Amino acid sequence: MSQDLGLWTVPLAVIGGAIRVSTPFLFVSLGETITERAGRINLGLEGTLVFGAMAAYATAVLTGSAWTGVAAAGLAGAGFGLVHGVICSLPRVNDVAVGIALMLFGLGLAFFLGKPFIQPSAPPLPAIPFGFWSDLPQVQAALRVNVLFLVGAALSVVLWWAFRHTRAGLVVRAVGDSAEAARAMGYSVTRVRVLATMAGGVLAGIGGAYLSLYYPGSWNEGISSGQGLMAVALVIFARWNPLACFGAALLFGGAGALGPALQSVGVSSGYYLFYAAPYVLTLALLVATSSPDRALAGAPGELGLSR
Amino acid sequence: MSAALPIETIGMTKRFGAFAALDDVSIKIEAGGFHALLGENGAGKSTLVKCIMGFYAPTSGSLLVDNREVAIAGPKAAQAQGLGMVYQHFTLVPSLTGAENLVIARADVPRLIDWGRERAALAAFMAGMPFRLDLDRPVATLSAGEKQKLEIVKQLSLKARFLILDEPTSVLTPAEAEEVLGLLRGMTDAGALTVLMISHKFREVETFARSFSVLRRGRLAGGGAVGAVSRDDMAAMMMGERRIRTVAARSGSPDPDRTVLQLDGVTATDPSGLRRIAIDSLSVRAREIVGIAGVSGNGQKELADVLGGQVRATGGRVAVAGAPYAGTRAESRSRRVRFIPEEPLRNACAPQMSVAENIGFRAFDRRTDGRTGFWLDTGGLRRRARDLIARFGVKTASAEAPIATLSGGNVQRAVLARELTDPVDLLIVVNPCFGLDFAAVSDIRSRIVAARNGGTAVLLISEDLDEILELSDRILVMSEGRLVYETTAAEAEIGAIGRHMAGHH
Repeated sequence: MSQDLGLWTVPLAVIGGAIRVSTPFLFVSLGETITERAGRINLGLEGTLVFGAMAAYATAVLTGSAWTGVAAAGLAGAGFGLVHGVICSLPRVNDVAVGIALMLFGLGLAFFLGKPFIQPSAPPLPAIPFGFWSDLPQVQAALRVNVLFLVGAALSVVLWWAFRHTRAGLVVRAVGDSAEAARAMGYSVTRVRVLATMAGGVLAGIGGAYLSLYYPGSWNEGISSGQGLMAVALVIFARWNPLACFGAALLFGGAGALGPALQSVGVSSGYYLFYAAPYVLTLALLVATSSPDRALAGAPGELGLSR
Repeated sequence: MSAALPIETIGMTKRFGAFAALDDVSIKIEAGGFHALLGENGAGKSTLVKCIMGFYAPTSGSLLVDNREVAIAGPKAAQAQGLGMVYQHFTLVPSLTGAENLVIARADVPRLIDWGRERAALAAFMAGMPFRLDLDRPVATLSAGEKQKLEIVKQLSLKARFLILDEPTSVLTPAEAEEVLGLLRGMTDAGALTVLMISHKFREVETFARSFSVLRRGRLAGGGAVGAVSRDDMAAMMMGERRIRTVAARSGSPDPDRTVLQLDGVTATDPSGLRRIAIDSLSVRAREIVGIAGVSGNGQKELADVLGGQVRATGGRVAVAGAPYAGTRAESRSRRVRFIPEEPLRNACAPQMSVAENIGFRAFDRRTDGRTGFWLDTGGLRRRARDLIARFGVKTASAEAPIATLSGGNVQRAVLARELTDPVDLLIVVNPCFGLDFAAVSDIRSRIVAARNGGTAVLLISEDLDEILELSDRILVMSEGRLVYETTAAEAEIGAIGRHMAGHH
């Protein structure tokens, strides 16, 4: 059945990659959007992501259920979010510094606790073969869509809607844009921020579960290549808009698949450069969408990015 | 609409350590009253209203709402009692629309917001309101006057039956102030609302309030029915026995041959991209104060930022002493330009650095012999700072105290000491007296006039029309990013200035 598709494999692989690689980006960036909309920055999500990957894998190995693993990852993420949220509520604590500390802590703890789980194999998360109509294995491979990707896509629409149409959404935006105004209206700024950071942690943990239970689908110390950090940059690029986060995550996922795809059709010169595509893209987009004369549009006022 | 609430404080006292910010203050406001609260900065006005609104727990004394004693635990509890307050600093969330702001301020926001129903309810509510407002625009894009109206509408939508206004007209045009206060007065006359208004403006108090109280150093210094007491007596109650220095008179006339600052066709956009300015022509001559009047948010800040070098002009020419000027440190030094932005503690000082260091910002990198060196002449800077602190009457614990510990008036004195010691050809000042007390105001205005009499060209950008009228040789009005009106001080007519400030001309 294997046919030679020639250069067509490249766009196909990029599309498939966009769907496959984007999911952790999507979850982390949606989580960070909630946190940042409430006026906090959590740079520790890289640690949460990796710890979530470990927690999900270990739980799935021990219980035999991938979904229990996802739940464990979400729970672990909530724990990290709680720690970040509570520490940052203390006076004179800087959320960027706490985030970096928690990132290193999360990585270290995940490697420490995850040592025994590098060998055993865990049940993977289910995927839906949307490519069944095609005879081409490349098309089938590209269109095998994991359930979590669909959940993430739905979640970005729900969040976008919720920021406008729910009390929680409006309160989060109010707290993130003007703590003083929120306080005057009688909302507890600290509580809202802690909860928003926890929600962000849950989503980042689930993003980690996708890494270890679906793609690449194993647990090892090199499982994340900085997706957690890049997702934070992606939030800024997406202007704190959940729908734009979805598009940006697809773009980054596709860029990440470019290197391997080119290599598979025989473009071998400079392919390390193509592996760096997502990082180059991050830098290029941040530069292109900023301006020395303009404040960042849509930035939550309490973030301290636009002052 | 429900009935107005009578409010009474009995022996209200608030101590911070040994300092009594509020000392045994008893004020009674009848249902449907319009009461003005007068006093200098630091007299205890905001402490009193914060005790009423539950931000502070009073040390002793009690509050009667509707003739029953109540303990107010916080702003939410105050809201539940029907008390509302409009703050000087807006408490609206900038990125949310007016409608969103009104909805989340409510105590009973539903989990899911049905915008169709909310919109209909808001439209019905707004139909009964004296103001027209576009509720679909983000608050950040509203003018200061619109924000003020939205704040008031927000309190009324929360069913406030007693409303505290903290200097409500400081951001409004005279006509807008007239409109807003007139409508509120109408509501009190109809028995729907009781109002307590903090104000500095006697004219406003005389026109709209029915009764007044004066606080001085935390104590009730007097009060009564408006009209029974003359302006001079009210001022005397506020000031006590102290004598205030009057502002030095302008002497000499502007030098017609020396134009120091010249702007031609200057355009710029602020960082949010929302506000644009277009200045066709503006000139300031030596020994002249040109005052730019206007309602807050009509481009004055952007103009000041262009002159101070914080925002790049997108077109046109800014010239000082005939040569292009971009506001760099080298240029401001060689052309002798000094810039005093608004809110000097935030915009012209390093708050945690000492008074001496802040005073040295213009001089620290320049030695007496004119050369620059690697090492600071710390001894010389300290001596210079001590000398200036004494000469400009800056009240500080020591020259080494962080400048953030000083009162607003003394911060401004320290900044003036820094900017006005060397000879100055062009001085740009923005809202120099905002939030300062009487003594500091006359002191700082005198310094500005003295600089002008010495030959300095002064561009005074101020939202305080009285200040503009008092100091300027020539008055310009800025509205929606343009200079729309010009008059000499001698021929200035408040009505015409007010109309142009409001954009009606």
